[in-house]
Amino acid sequence: MSVVTNTTTIGAIDAPSRRNTELMMMVFAIAISVFAYANVGLAIDGKLPSGMLGYGAGLVLLGGVAHLAVRKFAPYADPLLLPLATLLNGLGLVLIWRLDQSQRLIQRAEIYYGGYSPDAPKQLLYSAIGVAFFVAVLMILKDHRVLQRYTYISMVVALVLLILPIFFPEVNGAKIWISLGPFSIQPGEFAKIFIAIFFSGYLMVKRDALALASRRFMGMYLPRGRDLGPILMIWVLSILILIFETDLGTSLLFFGLFIVMLYVATERTSWIVFGLLMSAAGAVGVASFEPHVQQRVNAWMDPFAKATMDHSDQIAQSLMSFGSGGTLGTGLGQGHSDLILFAANADFILSTVGEELGLAGMMAVLLVYGLIIERGIRTALAARDPFGKLLAIGLSAAFAIQIFVVAGGVMGLIPLSGMTMPFLAYGGSSVLANWALIAVLIRISDTARRPAPAPAPSPDAEMTQVVRP
Amino acid sequence: MNKPLRRIAIFCGILILALLVRTNYLQYVRADELNSRDENRRVRIERYAHERGDIIVDGKAITGSVETDGSDFKYKRVWKDGPMWAPVTGYSSQAFDSTQLENLEDGILTGNDDQLFFNRTLSMFTGDEKKGGNVVTTLNSAAQKAAFKGLGNQKGAAVALDPQTGAILALASTPSYDPSVFAGNSEKDAAARAKLLADKDQPMLNRALRETYPPGSTFKIVTAAAALENGLYDDIDDPTRSPLPWILPQTSRPLNNEGNIPCKNASLREALRWSCNSVFGKISADLGNKKMIEEANKFGFNNEIFTPVRADKSVFPEDNPSQNAMAGIGQASNRATPLQMAMVASAIANDGKLMQPYMVAAREAPNTDTIYTAEPKEMSRPLSAENAQKIQQMMETVVEKGTGTAAQIDGVTVGGKTGTAENGLNNSKKPYAWFISYAKTDKGSPVAVAVVVADSSANRENISGGSLAAPVATAIMKAILDGK
Repeated sequence: MSVVTNTTTIGAIDAPSRRNTELMMMVFAIAISVFAYANVGLAIDGKLPSGMLGYGAGLVLLGGVAHLAVRKFAPYADPLLLPLATLLNGLGLVLIWRLDQSQRLIQRAEIYYGGYSPDAPKQLLYSAIGVAFFVAVLMILKDHRVLQRYTYISMVVALVLLILPIFFPEVNGAKIWISLGPFSIQPGEFAKIFIAIFFSGYLMVKRDALALASRRFMGMYLPRGRDLGPILMIWVLSILILIFETDLGTSLLFFGLFIVMLYVATERTSWIVFGLLMSAAGAVGVASFEPHVQQRVNAWMDPFAKATMDHSDQIAQSLMSFGSGGTLGTGLGQGHSDLILFAANADFILSTVGEELGLAGMMAVLLVYGLIIERGIRTALAARDPFGKLLAIGLSAAFAIQIFVVAGGVMGLIPLSGMTMPFLAYGGSSVLANWALIAVLIRISDTARRPAPAPAPSPDAEMTQVVRP
Repeated sequence: MNKPLRRIAIFCGILILALLVRTNYLQYVRADELNSRDENRRVRIERYAHERGDIIVDGKAITGSVETDGSDFKYKRVWKDGPMWAPVTGYSSQAFDSTQLENLEDGILTGNDDQLFFNRTLSMFTGDEKKGGNVVTTLNSAAQKAAFKGLGNQKGAAVALDPQTGAILALASTPSYDPSVFAGNSEKDAAARAKLLADKDQPMLNRALRETYPPGSTFKIVTAAAALENGLYDDIDDPTRSPLPWILPQTSRPLNNEGNIPCKNASLREALRWSCNSVFGKISADLGNKKMIEEANKFGFNNEIFTPVRADKSVFPEDNPSQNAMAGIGQASNRATPLQMAMVASAIANDGKLMQPYMVAAREAPNTDTIYTAEPKEMSRPLSAENAQKIQQMMETVVEKGTGTAAQIDGVTVGGKTGTAENGLNNSKKPYAWFISYAKTDKGSPVAVAVVVADSSANRENISGGSLAAPVATAIMKAILDGK
C-alpha cells in the first residue's frame, strides 16, 4: 500500500520532495502560455500584444505564489499536479483572450447585451482568486483526514448548493446559476467536491457493512437497506434536482462518481452492473419525457439535420471547427472557431483548441488532462488511509468524467451536456472549484508521500544488527 | 482497496483513449468531408479572402474585386457596365452564391481549380498572395454595346455568333440588372436583390438563353431547309404547288397571310421574301411532323445547349398535323431561345455547318499563363452546303427587296428574315418582333445574329421584326464589320 517500502528498522529515509522538479516544470508551463500569447498577438495584429507584460507577470506571480505555498505547506506533494493545472489555466487564458479579439463575438455581444467587455481580464481575476483558494486550502487544511469530521455537513452543503439555483432565473435553458448582483456562481462545480467528501466519509464507515452484510439475490449481493439507504437517498435527490434544473452533465458526473466510489469502497463488481442498469433505466426514462434531452440526443445523432441546425448549430459548428483544424491546426488566432458564437469560450473552448492547435494540440491537451487524472489516481493508490483513498479517487474520477462528458460532447462522441473544461474554459466557478480540487489532491498526496516519522529507538534493533552477517 | 483503484485507473484511461480516438477520427479521417460542407462558412470566408480573378472581354477586365470591411468576407465582386454584361457574367454575391460564368468558372476565378495546382504550389514558395485566374471570353464589346443600346428600354434579347467558329460575340438581355448592387453581404444587398426579384419586368431573367419565345416567321428558314433537304423542292425559283387560301389539315380553317401578298404558287424565294404563311405551313404539313422535328433537332432544337452557361431547350413539338403546320411557321407550341435562332442563322451563313456556340475563349492562370484555349467544334450539319447557299440567296432577297430592308448595310451582303410572332390567346398581347440575319464578306460570314423584342412602347400596328428588331441586328453586324 505504501510507496516507501524500506523497513522502519533502518530509520526514516528522506524521500525526495521534488519541489525543484515542480519549479522547473512551472517555468516551462508559464513559458508555453506566454509564447502562445505572443503568438496570438502576432497572428492577429502582426505585433506583440500590448498586454503581454502584464499577462506574463500575472501568470508568473500566480504560479510563483502557488509554488511557494506548496513548498511551505505541502513539501512532499506530487510535483506534476500544480504545473499541469497552471499550464491549462495559462493556455485557457490565451484562448479566451484570442476569442475576445473576434469581431464576430464582439458584434454578437453588442447586439444581445448592448455592450461588450473582454473576458480574459475577468478570467485572470478568477484565476487569481482560484490560486488564492488553492493557497487557502493548503494553509487551512493541514490534514485531509479532518474533512472526515464534516461528512454530514458536506452533504448538507452539497444539497444546499444544488437546490439554490431553483430559486434563481433560468439562464439559457438551465437553472444552474446563482446570481448575486454582478456575480453569478455555478454551484454545481463546488458541489462535486462536497459530495465527494460526503461519499468518502460515509463509505469509509459503512463499507464493510455494504460489502459483507448483504443478501445474495440473483447472483448479486444486495446490501441491507439501512446501510445503503442514506447514500442512495442523497444520490437520488441530487439527480432529481439536477434533472429539474436540466443540468445533465452534472447529473451524469454525480452518477459516475457514486458508482466509482461505491465500487472502490466495497470492491464488489456487482455494483458496476447494478449502476449501469440503473443508469440505463434512468437515461431512457429521462429521455422519454424531457424535451430538452430529446433535443440534445437528436443533435448528437445528426448534427447537420435541418431541424437541428434551425434550433442550434453549435454541434455542427464545433465539428467543423475540428475538421478545419486538421492535423496541425490553423495556428493560434487564425481559425474561425468563433463561428460557434454562444459559449465559444466556455463549453466549446475545446473546439478552438481543435481548430487552431489541430489534432496535435488536441492530443497534447487531452494527455495533460489524462496526466492530472493519472496523478490523482496515483495519489489514491499511495494514500495510507481509506478516507484519503476514497476522496482522491472520487475527485480524480469526477475530473475524468467531467473531461469525458465535455470533450465527448463538443466532439460529438456523446450528446452535449453543458459543463466546462476545467481550467481551460471561461468561468469563475469552474476555475475556483477546480483550483480547490487540485489543492485537496495535493494535500492528500503530500500526506501520502511524506516520509514516515523516524521510529522510536527500538531496543531490539541492535540485537538484530549483530545477528546480521 | 487497491485492486478496484487500478481498475478505475484503467477505466479513466479508456475514457481518455476514447477522446483521443475521436479527435483523430474527426480531425484526420473526417476533416475533408467537414471542410467541404455547405454549412461551413469557412469555405465562403476563404472564397472571399483573396482577390477573385477577372472575366475578360477584348483584353479588358469587365469585373473587379474591391476590399470591404464590416464582415469576415474580405473581397467583394464588382462589375464594370454591370447591366450590359450581366447576361454573360451572371453574379457572384457573398450572400447569394453565384450564377452563370461566375459560377461555372469559379474554380479558375478563385484559383482553386486543379488545373492551377502547379501554379498554386509555385506561389506558395514565392510567397505571392493567392489570387484567382482569369476567364477570357469570346465576346466583342462593340457588338455587345450595340446590342444593349439597340434594345434600349424595350424588353428583349440579342445574340450574335461567329458562324465560322461558334464564338458568341454578343449576348444581351434587357431590362437588365447590375450584379454589383447585391454582391455584398449587408442588409442593403439583400434589399436590392429582393427588389430585383419582385420586379415584374424580371430584370434578372437572361432572355438570351433562358427564355423561349415563339420564333414566328424566322422559323421559316428551318422549314425551307427541311423542304430542300428532303427534296420537296429543288429550285428556289420554281413555283410551289401552294393554293390560296390553304386550309389547315384536319380543319376547315384557312392559314392566313399577313395582308394581301402574292403567295399563290409562289416560289420559295418569293414566299420567303413576302413571308407567306400558306406556303411554309403547307411545306411543314407536306413533310410531316417527324421530318420537321428531325430537321429542327439538327439545328439544335429539343436540346439544352451549354455555352458553357446552360441555354434552355428550344422546342419543336410532336403534334397533330394542324398544329405541326402552325409550328412550321414558328407558331403553336414552337418555341426558341434567341441563341437558338442565332444558331439557325449561323448554320445558313456557314454553308450548312453548325458550330457549337461557346463563350470561353481561354483560361489564364493568375500569372496570365494560358492554361486552356478553346477549339471551335462542329455541332452538326443541318443542311448541305448547296442547300445552305440556296437559302442564303433567299435571305439576301429578303433584305434586298423584302420585309428586311432595314438590315441593308452599304457594301456588304446581308441575309435576313423577319418574324412577328403572335403572343397570347388570339394574339391578344403585344406580338414578338424577331429578326435573324448574317453579314457576309469575301472571307465568309463573320457574324450571325438573332434579335427579339418582346415588349416595346410601339403601337401594336407598328410592331414588326423589320421595324423593331432589324435595326438592332444591323447595329450589331455593323459593330462586328467595323472591327474587322
